[in-house]
Amino acid sequence: MKPVTIITGRAVPLDRSDVDTDQIIPSDWLKRVERTGFGAGLFGEWRDDRDFVLNKSEYQGANILIAGENFGTGSSREHAVWALTDYGFEAVISPRFADIFRNNSTKQGLLPVVVEPAVGARLLEEVAKDPSLEITIDVAQGTLEVPALGLTIEFPLDEFTRARFLNGWDDIGLSLRYEDEIESFEQSRPRFMPSTR
Amino acid sequence: MSPRTLSEKIWDAHVVHKGVEEPDLVFIDLHLIHEVTSPQAFDGLRLAGRKVRHPELTLATADHNVPTTDIDKPVADPISAKQLDVLDANTAEFGIICYPMGHKNQGIVHIMGPEQGYTQPGMTIVCGDSHTSTHGAFGALAFGIGTSEVEHVLATQTLPQLPVKTMAVEVQGSLPRGVSAKDLVLAIIGKLGTGGGIGHIIEYRGEAIRGLSMEGRMTVCNMSIEAGARAGLIAPDETTFAYVKGRDHAPKGEDWDKAVEYWKTLVTDDDAVFDTVVTLDASTLVPAVTWGTNPGQVAFIDSVVPGPDDFTTASEKDAAARALEYMGLTAGTPMREIKVDTVFIGSCTNGRIEDIRAAAAVLEGHRVADGMRALMVPGSHRVKEQAEAEGLDKIFTAAGFEWREPGCSMCLAMNPDKLSVGERSASTSNRNFEGRQGRGGRTHLVSPAVAAATAVKGYFAAPEDL
Repeated sequence: MKPVTIITGRAVPLDRSDVDTDQIIPSDWLKRVERTGFGAGLFGEWRDDRDFVLNKSEYQGANILIAGENFGTGSSREHAVWALTDYGFEAVISPRFADIFRNNSTKQGLLPVVVEPAVGARLLEEVAKDPSLEITIDVAQGTLEVPALGLTIEFPLDEFTRARFLNGWDDIGLSLRYEDEIESFEQSRPRFMPSTR
Repeated sequence: MSPRTLSEKIWDAHVVHKGVEEPDLVFIDLHLIHEVTSPQAFDGLRLAGRKVRHPELTLATADHNVPTTDIDKPVADPISAKQLDVLDANTAEFGIICYPMGHKNQGIVHIMGPEQGYTQPGMTIVCGDSHTSTHGAFGALAFGIGTSEVEHVLATQTLPQLPVKTMAVEVQGSLPRGVSAKDLVLAIIGKLGTGGGIGHIIEYRGEAIRGLSMEGRMTVCNMSIEAGARAGLIAPDETTFAYVKGRDHAPKGEDWDKAVEYWKTLVTDDDAVFDTVVTLDASTLVPAVTWGTNPGQVAFIDSVVPGPDDFTTASEKDAAARALEYMGLTAGTPMREIKVDTVFIGSCTNGRIEDIRAAAAVLEGHRVADGMRALMVPGSHRVKEQAEAEGLDKIFTAAGFEWREPGCSMCLAMNPDKLSVGERSASTSNRNFEGRQGRGGRTHLVSPAVAAATAVKGYFAAPEDL
């Protein structure tokens, strides 16, 4: 993946909790065998509603999504992350992310920013009031800043994931540093373990 | 060594490299593959010039897309057909065994693994599917992964894993007659909420769990993800060993004895501490029916549809109002007065032989309500054959059900089995998300017995209502 250091831009307020991956990308889109082109399907069913927040002109070109808690629950489909990044999002802000979605997003350079529920609620409100509000997220510092509000908060990110974002490291390459240990583990596996051969 | 929980023991036994300021690198014993989440992973391997490290620890089947009728003819949807063809081509290229549509071993990936004896205690099992937690029923550490991780496992047979918290769900007492594992897990999810398990591996414990069959345990572990949990598991015991013994890929002879000796050590130590403990009394449960648009929005057959006022936080109130609007329901309506258009029995949650038997026992001698669409989709070809050998298919067809070919089917509507806009289902699957079973469709999750009774009554019903 590409290195991610600073993300600056405007945000879309998606004031809903439990946004599941079936909403982010409906299952019809999962039949594709490519990794690209999923942006058109992002929030497919909700976007049919003209008043849905993503359809509003004032939020066009925004690169940060703010949502309620439990974002990305449900299916393991990485297509949900591909849809968000293909649409142009670089970060999602939520008080809580589903585990598999969070894992998938960190593999694709989509930054999950966990904030306190009160901060999340405030950001949703402020961005709804002023769509031009600019947000800056600094991966190295682990900070989210909204200069117009005088707001700076820190968000949690484990050091390994932070390093992967900053350097754009390939996970498989990192694991293969331990190929010798993988080999010796393989030698030690009990004979009774199942195999297709 | 300090006391450990079951999941910690399995984790420790699979650490290839202990991470310092980085995740542990964990070995994966079995990687299950299907057509939807694997194509881009194989592309990634080709781009990087990598091979599949252990094709013999990888097993593929077609399940999400496959039609459940006319499987002897070409797949009508060209995009689905292409995805199925790509799975065949990729698995052939990389030397992986694949059971395509119509093969006697084909079925929903989480039904196929256990029934062929691939799923065994103490293993690490992954699949690009969130319901991989099903395999935890055997005392395996099993979890869903995304496509990047599928590629990672194909290339390395390992996954970097950050530490996970442990949660004990202690279910005391025993389930009353007519209350199933599905009702139990829906009650657990109702208690935890969709996010309550995030960051945790759940170990289900207690008398009610011990009393479940392997199939019931699989239903419970299957839906761990609906509470947000990374995985769910149950310590193996004699019930587990009896289920595994003699299956195609189970250990044989001396290997069996060695395996059982090891499997018996796979229990949480007495003094081990869980990060979170949740308790539940099984004896007070009644059949469950979801009313909203996530599996945590659950009620019971003898209750009414709740409203926003029944919730405390603004976010819950808002979610309830939105769910009622989508579901076309009014707060205060008794569950038994909600009319149902379609009944779907099947899925990796409830598509096994015991589920089919439970539904058949309710249906025998009855007909589905006028205008009811009723589908019975077995979880695999083996399950279908077994049911037919027991004559269960005749009970379903005599009752007015369609007896279909195996696959994921209406659980996620990637094949032609879908709800139409506004159509209401009673479904034995695992997710009632908006549009999950078809755009605009309204899904209520229930057990196989409740699904069968509902098909007959035309309204949500328990077996004793017939």
